[in-house]
Amino acid sequence: MEFSDLIRTRRAQAKLLRGPEAPPLRGTLCLTGHHLLLSPGPQATSELWLLLLRSVDSIEKRVASDSGTITLRCKDLRVLQLEIEGVEASLDIARSIEALSSLESVITSFPFFYRPKGLRLGDAWHFHPPERYYKRVARETNAWRLSEVNEDFSVCPSYPRAVIVPRSVDDGALARSARFRQGGRFPVLSYHHAPSGTVLVRSSQPLTGPQKRRCAEDEELLRAVLAGARPGARGFIVDTRSSQAAKQARMTGGGTEAKAAYPGWKRLHRPLERGQPLQESFVRLVEACGDLQQSTDSWLRRLEGCCWLAHVKEALSTACLAAQGMEREGACILVHGAEGTDSTLLVTSLAQLILDPLSRTMAGFQELVEREWIQAGHPFQLRCAHSAFSHARPKHEAPTFLLFLDCVWQLGRQFPLSLEFGEGLLLALFEHAYASPFGTFLCNSERERCLCEVRTRTHSLWSGLNQPKEQRKLRNPLYAPNPLAIWPSVELQSLRLWQGLFLRWIRPPEPSEVAWEKVWQIVTDKEKTKLSQPTVSASEPQL
Amino acid sequence: MEHIRTTKVEQVKLLDRFSTSNKSLTGTLYLTATHLLFIDSHQKETWILHHHIALVEKLALTTSGCPLVIQCKNFRIVHFIVPRERDCHDIYNSLLQLSKQAKYEDLYAFSYNPKQNDSERLRGWQLIDLAEEYKRMGVPNSNWQLSDANREYKICETYPRELYVPRIASKPIIVGSSKFRSKGRFPVLSYYHEHKEAAICRCSQPLSGFSARCLEDEHLLQAISKANPVNRYMYVMDTRPKHRMQSWWATQKDIGRIIVRISSKIWNDEKIRESDEKKRLNAMANRAAGKGYENEDNYSNIRFQFVGIENIHVMRSSLQKLLEVNGTKGLSVSDFYSGLESSGWLRHIKAVMDAAIFLAKAITVESASVLVHCSDGWDRTSQVCSLGSLLLDSYYRTIKGFMVLIEKDWISFGHKFSERCGHLDGDPKEVSPVFTQFLECVWHLTEQFPQAFEFNEAFLVQIHEHIHSCQFGNFLGNCQKEREELKLKEKTYSLWPFLLDDQKKYLNPLYTSKSPKFTVLEPNTVSFNFKFWRNMYHQFDRTLHPRQSVFNIITNMNEQNKQLEKDIKDLESKIKQCKNKPTDGILTKELIHSVHPESPTLKTSLCFKEQTLLPVNHALRTIEGSNPADNRYSEYAEEFSKSEPGVVSLEYGVARMTC
Repeated sequence: MEFSDLIRTRRAQAKLLRGPEAPPLRGTLCLTGHHLLLSPGPQATSELWLLLLRSVDSIEKRVASDSGTITLRCKDLRVLQLEIEGVEASLDIARSIEALSSLESVITSFPFFYRPKGLRLGDAWHFHPPERYYKRVARETNAWRLSEVNEDFSVCPSYPRAVIVPRSVDDGALARSARFRQGGRFPVLSYHHAPSGTVLVRSSQPLTGPQKRRCAEDEELLRAVLAGARPGARGFIVDTRSSQAAKQARMTGGGTEAKAAYPGWKRLHRPLERGQPLQESFVRLVEACGDLQQSTDSWLRRLEGCCWLAHVKEALSTACLAAQGMEREGACILVHGAEGTDSTLLVTSLAQLILDPLSRTMAGFQELVEREWIQAGHPFQLRCAHSAFSHARPKHEAPTFLLFLDCVWQLGRQFPLSLEFGEGLLLALFEHAYASPFGTFLCNSERERCLCEVRTRTHSLWSGLNQPKEQRKLRNPLYAPNPLAIWPSVELQSLRLWQGLFLRWIRPPEPSEVAWEKVWQIVTDKEKTKLSQPTVSASEPQL
Repeated sequence: MEHIRTTKVEQVKLLDRFSTSNKSLTGTLYLTATHLLFIDSHQKETWILHHHIALVEKLALTTSGCPLVIQCKNFRIVHFIVPRERDCHDIYNSLLQLSKQAKYEDLYAFSYNPKQNDSERLRGWQLIDLAEEYKRMGVPNSNWQLSDANREYKICETYPRELYVPRIASKPIIVGSSKFRSKGRFPVLSYYHEHKEAAICRCSQPLSGFSARCLEDEHLLQAISKANPVNRYMYVMDTRPKHRMQSWWATQKDIGRIIVRISSKIWNDEKIRESDEKKRLNAMANRAAGKGYENEDNYSNIRFQFVGIENIHVMRSSLQKLLEVNGTKGLSVSDFYSGLESSGWLRHIKAVMDAAIFLAKAITVESASVLVHCSDGWDRTSQVCSLGSLLLDSYYRTIKGFMVLIEKDWISFGHKFSERCGHLDGDPKEVSPVFTQFLECVWHLTEQFPQAFEFNEAFLVQIHEHIHSCQFGNFLGNCQKEREELKLKEKTYSLWPFLLDDQKKYLNPLYTSKSPKFTVLEPNTVSFNFKFWRNMYHQFDRTLHPRQSVFNIITNMNEQNKQLEKDIKDLESKIKQCKNKPTDGILTKELIHSVHPESPTLKTSLCFKEQTLLPVNHALRTIEGSNPADNRYSEYAEEFSKSEPGVVSLEYGVARMTC
């Protein structure tokens, strides 16, 4: 299939309206396989305007006598309006955008064609795999090893090639334990908390089923987890479903760990919303944010009705629960829900952010996202196929990753000096997770990424973000390393709507951006004076 | 002192209302003449001023003791458990007495002594000079003058002595108008916009049923509109909600008033026309007799505007609801937001803000003068006039300017601070958070315009603290006349110099002062810009706050920058000096030391040390505040502790088996 088959009209004269703040743009509209371009006339001073078609979430067309209006709602929550000359042209362009923005094929997507200047293919791809994390774990404890049982993705298709497991469990046992877990996701190490000697482990649900099956290797694996931690350590299984949902899962072959089979482990149920209800919550919140005319009362009612902040609160408190179990109770924590690819990762990654000072650095956070979301098999392609504006019936879409970013933002608001990255990085991750010229968030698992040769044929988002010119946008100028755990308040009075994301294109950004610029200025001033200081004092001995 | 029976109770527990662990601090409770003091086992002191106490409650006796709950006007809520009921009862009774004084002379301000002599105190009171402020605005001028009509408080007791009125308004006109206005509060100047030559004026409502019309009042309004050479049209803003006024109108008997106040816009309003049909017929009759319609012609250049701000009673119960909802531990999302919604608090804040924006727009866009009134012209009128001026004039966004604004529009124009804040044991129906609302509106502006204000949130919270504290004389009494009778300037201290001395704490590090005087703030009142002000209503609930403060760190950096730049300059000048003197090394070194007793490198390294230490210090402090036990993650704390016996018994089981 060629892109040109889908493009009915390549060129048209158009006017672009980019929201109430930006001035309209007039020029020639061009449609390519991956982009929508608007080139202002030769005399115009403004630059070429470019939109990745992949980021179009929904499209709405209206025609008048001799022109058409297309409303593009983007996955990053932007709303754009194109006024196109000619009814035929505008309809054609609308249809083409519709077709091109919903192409399913991965290897024809833009990342496979994107070749930016200054970046080399393959850079930064090997920045963060589990091997690197294992080196750190190995320095702290001897109880864990790096297993390559999943070398060919046959044991667990959604795990990476290498996983960290208890040293005393051999690969054969791992493979048998994998058969007892949904999708083969047997318990693997997520985080080793060195100060308390405890670990955070994640998996999917055990396939207990109605017959209450057991698996000796799986039981042995969890026993080894406890044995590897400090002596006498207890374990908690944090199930991200309600106990009722967990019981029901038994009917379909799933279930929970039986108490008798796993001595030393105790189960806690912390139901987290997932899947469709979460997506609906997101859609309703975005709808409410788009209504500028509503009264204060109706705004508060809709904010309450969409429950988004309730999900934030639940996610944060579950993560705190896991973190507290490790740090304060000295217990090992196993987190799983059903598939172990959504709310499980939400909890384990947030818990690490709370406990681990390294994961709060720029590099550490990128590594955390790579390790706990991308490599851990969060199905980005399915979950982020559509954002809040799509009219299509949601199938697998769920803003779990966005919920994670929101929780991180809340942490950053409560500990404004403890995260090395700023809101800019979180916004960038949100944008790129839904539509990106980089390959990092493509596909649903490492296995798929290998099949598509994503690593060798696309650029990594991390190398894009780590270019020096991007740093000012992404960094937190006020960062000061904080070696301690950061325990957020999860009372509602302390949580806030993430205006920078949900109202990003709606409210005028200036005042807060200007203020942030001023903060940067103060900080860089400080760095400057700090730098110039030694030179002056250095001149002293020469006298 | 006669109210204090027990001065000291030991083994008292203090509970934190937002902590999950039901952890409490044990300490000693002291009762002094002015404060209730709690010192916990870590020697941390909690001071509660008696005047801050809004409500004391003794709850039912429990096994651990007698609970005593104290709610304060600064939104602190403390929950003590006193071991013996008798002590609790004594303290309860003492606090009941001490928190409600009958006489002004018993308030803290009259005994407060910050160790200043009389001249210092007097200088403190002279810090804010309103005559100076009117001069800054550009009055008196060719159109506005100082009137001596109220010099002896003869015309209006609740106005200040100095009032500015249009030059062409003669004294009989003023006197006549004041008789037509409730409490004699006739239209006077509140703010003069020099650039647009437009004025904000304020007054109270016209008296109903007094007379058909009042020529003097009409003249005064004419004079105000004529004092504006740019735009003869003027707005009359009634800050009360229209629906209330309509029903009120229906009971009015005088038609003249209606003609005065109704603009062509209102005439077109179908509802009013119906309800006033009869009066309109009257007006027709008047017209036939050669009267009535002249009025309408006279006042054709007045546009009438309603803005719906609710009265003090609505506001009081709204805040009460808000506090009830937010005082609950472990709120769910729906509790929180439906509580916020049903309290209506943010809606009221938005109404005040909308009114101020309307006012500012009338002046900047149309250069029109505006007359603002509500019922008595001391609550909503003060809110709208002061907030409007704040939007218009960047001076009021400085620390000093904000003090001036409060002195002018609130204190001098007779906002009844003592009644609204319940300083004395009086009518609880007169208490209302009108001024708190004003501060909250200003806070919302600081959130939208982080660089426009010289002061920060702490400044607003501190002022709020002192309107209730009765520690300084500024907010005592209900009007200037009363304050003079109380001899406040001789017997008490002014708050402002103390705030100015401390101004480092209140500076906004992001403030950009370069903006010219008339940079107008145009806030966006879209509903999502109105947020719950946690740092006010939960200012004492430590666990709810961000654990690290950006403001502090930026302020510190700013200061360090300045210090380092200064050091660089010093050193550079020293280098120059040294180069000019061709002497040997030892001598130069001596020179350096003589110029600068400490070694400069040492000094800077100290500076750096402090700076690198600071965040860590901060973090340490934050961790103390950020304890998982302080936070309500869920009932897991119980779950964790519950799980313990399970594991233990299991181990026993294993042990027995091996035996």
